[in-house]
Amino acid sequence: MDDTLLSVQDLAVYFQLDETISRAVDGVSFDIKKGETVCLVGESGCGKSVSALAILDLILQPPGRIMGGRILFNGKDILGLDEKGMQEIRGNQIAMVFQEPMTSLNPVLRIGDQIKEAILVHERVDKGELNRRCIQVLKDVGIPSPEERLNDYPHQLSGGQRQRVMIAMSLACNPDLVIADEPTTALDVTIQAQILNLFGELRRKRGMSLLYITHDLGVVANIAERIYVMYAGIIAEQGKARDILLTPRHPYTQGLLASLPNPKKRGRALHSIPGTVPDPALKPRGCPFHPRCNFAMDRCRAQFPDLCDYGDGHLSRCPVLYEKRADKDDNHLDFST
Amino acid sequence: MTDMKKLNTSEELEIARPLMGPRKTRFEESWGLLKRNRMALAGLLIFVLFFAVALAGLILTSGTEPYFDPSTVRLQEKLRPPMAKPNIETLRPEEIPRLGVYLFGTDDLGRDVFSRMLQGAWVSLTVGFVAVGIAVIIGIFLGGIAGYFGQSSIRIDHLLKALLLFMGTALLFTGHGYPGIVLLIMGIVWSVYTLARKQTSGGNMPVWLRVLQRRAILIDTLIMRAVDIMLCFPSFFLILTVVALVPASIYNIMIVIGLTSWMGTTRFVRAEFLSLREQDFVTAARALGLRSLRIIFRHMMPNAIAPVLVSATIGIATAILTEAGLSFLGFGVPPPHATWGNILSDGKRFIFDAPWLTFVPGFAILIVVLSFNLFGEGLRDVVNPKLRERH
Repeated sequence: MDDTLLSVQDLAVYFQLDETISRAVDGVSFDIKKGETVCLVGESGCGKSVSALAILDLILQPPGRIMGGRILFNGKDILGLDEKGMQEIRGNQIAMVFQEPMTSLNPVLRIGDQIKEAILVHERVDKGELNRRCIQVLKDVGIPSPEERLNDYPHQLSGGQRQRVMIAMSLACNPDLVIADEPTTALDVTIQAQILNLFGELRRKRGMSLLYITHDLGVVANIAERIYVMYAGIIAEQGKARDILLTPRHPYTQGLLASLPNPKKRGRALHSIPGTVPDPALKPRGCPFHPRCNFAMDRCRAQFPDLCDYGDGHLSRCPVLYEKRADKDDNHLDFST
Repeated sequence: MTDMKKLNTSEELEIARPLMGPRKTRFEESWGLLKRNRMALAGLLIFVLFFAVALAGLILTSGTEPYFDPSTVRLQEKLRPPMAKPNIETLRPEEIPRLGVYLFGTDDLGRDVFSRMLQGAWVSLTVGFVAVGIAVIIGIFLGGIAGYFGQSSIRIDHLLKALLLFMGTALLFTGHGYPGIVLLIMGIVWSVYTLARKQTSGGNMPVWLRVLQRRAILIDTLIMRAVDIMLCFPSFFLILTVVALVPASIYNIMIVIGLTSWMGTTRFVRAEFLSLREQDFVTAARALGLRSLRIIFRHMMPNAIAPVLVSATIGIATAILTEAGLSFLGFGVPPPHATWGNILSDGKRFIFDAPWLTFVPGFAILIVVLSFNLFGEGLRDVVNPKLRERH
C-alpha cells in the first residue's frame, strides 16, 4: 500500500435537481499507484467525469454535493481541505486535462500567458526562467517552433495542437498525477494516436501517474495497466488490463467488449447491449445493470451485488457469474478472439 | 497574423520569420489592431479632439477677462441664427463676439452659443465619463460576484458582522463617537477571530452558536434584489433627493449619477458570468489552482466585456442628459455656467424659432457618443482576439 498515490474510498456524489436527487457517483473506490496508468471506463453518464472532478473538488456545489467517502492523496485526506488547500494541490500535484480542447482554453488569452499563469500560480520564477520553461514544456508535448506559438491565441491552433497545449499546461508544474478526462474524444483518430503516444512517453519520462477516463476500449487496450469499469455510479469490475480485456467477469464488461467492431465478425450485425444507462435519479433496485443483463435472476433485482474476488486484484460485482464459474470452471465467454 | 496562421511546419516558419519582423509587445500589437480598424481610429481621434477642445474651452472661457465670453448678455441680439454677423452699431466694443460672427448663433438672452458650448464641454464630458466609470466599476464588481459566487450563501453571522460594522460607522459619523467605536471594534474583532479560526479549521463550536452558521440568503438573491430595488426608484428623483442632501458641486453630481446607474451593467455582467462559469476553460482554470478573483477578472471579464462597453457608451449620453436635467431644475451646475445639457434644455422652448439651440448641443452629444461607441467597438475587438478576423 505504500506506493499508493491516490486512493478514492466510497466516494458518493449526488446532484440535487429540482425535486429529485441524482446519484451520479454512488460509492466508488479506486487506487492509483505511483507511476501507474489507470483507466476509468464506462458509458456516457455513468459518473466517470464526476468522479474525476470530485478528486479536485471541482464540482459546482450546489447543485452537486459530495455525500461521503474519502480521497487520500499521498495518505492525506484532501476531501476535507478548504479552498486554499485545494488550490495548492490543483495544477501543482494533481492536474487535469479536459475533453474539449476547443473550449478548455480561454479564447482571449495567448497560450503562452495561460501556461505561464499555470506556473506562476504555484511557483516564484523570474521572467527568463518562466519563458524557458514554457518553451520547454511546449517542446515536450511536441508543438513545433514553440517560441512562435507562445504568442498565438487558441483559435489559431488546430484541435490536436490545442489539446497538446492543454497537456502542456497540466504538465507545467510537474504534477504527480494527471487526470485526463476523455482527452482524445474530440480529436480524429490519427491525432488521437499521437496524443496517446505522447501521454505514454511523458509518463515514462516524468514518472507521473495517469488517471485516464474514456469510453473507448481501443484506447484502454493501448495504455492501461489497470482498469476500473464503471456503470451507473458504481465500479462494476476492476483489475489488471489484461485480465479485464481477456477474461471479463462482469456481464457489462463482456457486453462492452462484444460491442467492439471486429474484423473476424465482418458482415454480422454489431453486438449492442440492449437498453440504456438508467437515469441516475431513478436507478433500479439491486444490481443497477439487471434490466439490461442476460444473466439477471431474481436476486439481482432484490439485492445489491457484492464484489467477487478472482485473484490478482481482479474483482467483479457479479455473484451470478462467479457462482456459475465455480460450478463449471470454464464458463466465461471468450471474447479474446 | 493571418499570414502566420497558414504556416504550420517549423521550416515554413523559419522562412517566414524575417518577413514577420521582430516580435511585438502586447501594447504594440493592440495598437496595430486598433490602427487597422479605421472606424475605431476615427472614433478615438474625434474623441481626443473633443477632449482637447474641452480643455481649451476650460481655459479660454474662465477668468475675469475670458477670451470667449459665454456670459455676455445682448438682449437686442437674441436668437440670431448661426453664422449671423453681429449688429456692430448696437453693441459695445467688448460685447462683439471674438470671431466677428455668431458661429453657432445666440440664445434667448443673446449669449454666444459657441462660447457657451466651449464652456460646457469640459463639464459635460467629465460628467459623462466619470459617472459611467463609477457605474461600470460597481456594475462589473457586483455583477461578477453575483454571477460567479451567486450560488453560495451568506450566513447569519455574516449579516450580523456587516450590521455591527455598518451601525458602528453610522454612529461614528452621526456624532455618537463612543458607542460607534465600541460597535466597530466588536465587529472587527469578531471578523478577524472567525477568519483566524477558519485557517485552523476548528469545527467544535457550541450548539447555540451553530444558529449563526445557518444560511440566510443567497449572494445572488441579495445582489439582484438590490438591483431590483434600485431599479424601482425613479432614478432621477433619487438623484434629486441625494443632491438636495449633499452640497451641490459637479463632482458630487458625477458620483451620484454613477451610484444610481450601475444596475444595467450589473445585470449584463451577471448574465454573461452565469453562462461563462459553466464553460470548460473556467473549470480548467480552476483545475490549475487559480484563485477565484483571478479567474473572475483575468479569465472571465474579457469574455464578458462586450455588452458592458455597449451599455457604457449609451450610459455616457444618458449621464450628460441627466446632468442637463439637474441643471435645468437648479440642482446641477449653477445657472450662469453653461453645460451642453442646459443649453439643450433651455433651447427646447425655442425649437421651432431657433432650432440651432437644440441642434448644436444635441449634435455635440451625438458625436461624442458615436465616437466613443466606435472606439468601444474597436476596443472590444482588441480585447477579444476571436472577433479580429472579421475585418
